Amino acid sequence: MQRVAVLRFPGSNSDMDALRAAERVGCEAYFVWHRDTDLRAADVVILPGGFSYGDYLRSGAIARFSPVMQAVQRHAAEGGAVIGICNGFQILCEAGLLPGALVRNARLTFVSKPVDLRIERTDTVFTNAFASGEQIRIPVAHGDGRFVADTATLDLLEAEGRVILRYLRNGAGTEPNPNGSAHDIAGISNPSGTIVGLMPHPERVVDPMLPNAYKSKFFVSMAAWPSLTPGGRS
Amino acid sequence: MTFRVHVRVMPRAGLLDPQGQAVEHALGMLGFGEAARVRVGRAIELAVSAGSEDEAAARARLMCDKLLANPVTEDYTVEVEER
Repeated sequence: MQRVAVLRFPGSNSDMDALRAAERVGCEAYFVWHRDTDLRAADVVILPGGFSYGDYLRSGAIARFSPVMQAVQRHAAEGGAVIGICNGFQILCEAGLLPGALVRNARLTFVSKPVDLRIERTDTVFTNAFASGEQIRIPVAHGDGRFVADTATLDLLEAEGRVILRYLRNGAGTEPNPNGSAHDIAGISNPSGTIVGLMPHPERVVDPMLPNAYKSKFFVSMAAWPSLTPGGRS
Repeated sequence: MTFRVHVRVMPRAGLLDPQGQAVEHALGMLGFGEAARVRVGRAIELAVSAGSEDEAAARARLMCDKLLANPVTEDYTVEVEER
């Protein structure tokens, strides 16, 4: 059974949703406070959405230096799975675990609505239950979601197939790229697919009362990812 | 010695700065049509204890590299004055 650590920063607000979503797919999920340094033999670490440290200075900039992030750096370096959702994605970029940065939406407004997306990569901890090219609609809720990186980094991400999730472009009935993200990027991963960041909020739409069961596939993917625990993680 | 350090963090040239665009548009609406290429950044002031002005500047630049500026999207300048 996957052990899933959901980090809690001051200002996290999707932490309970993330915990419930992990439990719903059979994982053993628990919270880890930002001052803790022990991930308690986690297989997967989730950095949930919210406004850690009030988004002071830049989104994710201060959370990056919290004690728990040193443990996350070690966990990631050992090949452990890390998933950053929304503010979690911003923290992973600030921490250098993923490239690029997330800056103010192009139209300056906070965007909270469902958007249309395409799954671009299916061998990651968070997308392996999807079919490549599958199109989904899940919500975003962010003010700083515009992914930017220099041209060389964007070219590298594309060449290595590390864009895992992309906003759709304008089309009839389509809710398109809401923030002006470069290359319509909504989510990326590290080369091996163990570290994933995405702006949309799949954890908010996994309740069975809501339509479209595909939305739980992110967490089904996470539960299916090979557990590190049998190898004797400490 | 204590030095007063002024850090100016600006969005990198070439990066879309929607705040700057919005402010430029508003200035135009107010009749300031002469204003162009408006960019909005951040100013940070701090007191730094150091042995010399150069040391204070070097420490402040390290602070910028580690926290105050994002190397992916922002550039910074550091000015030091003795207090």
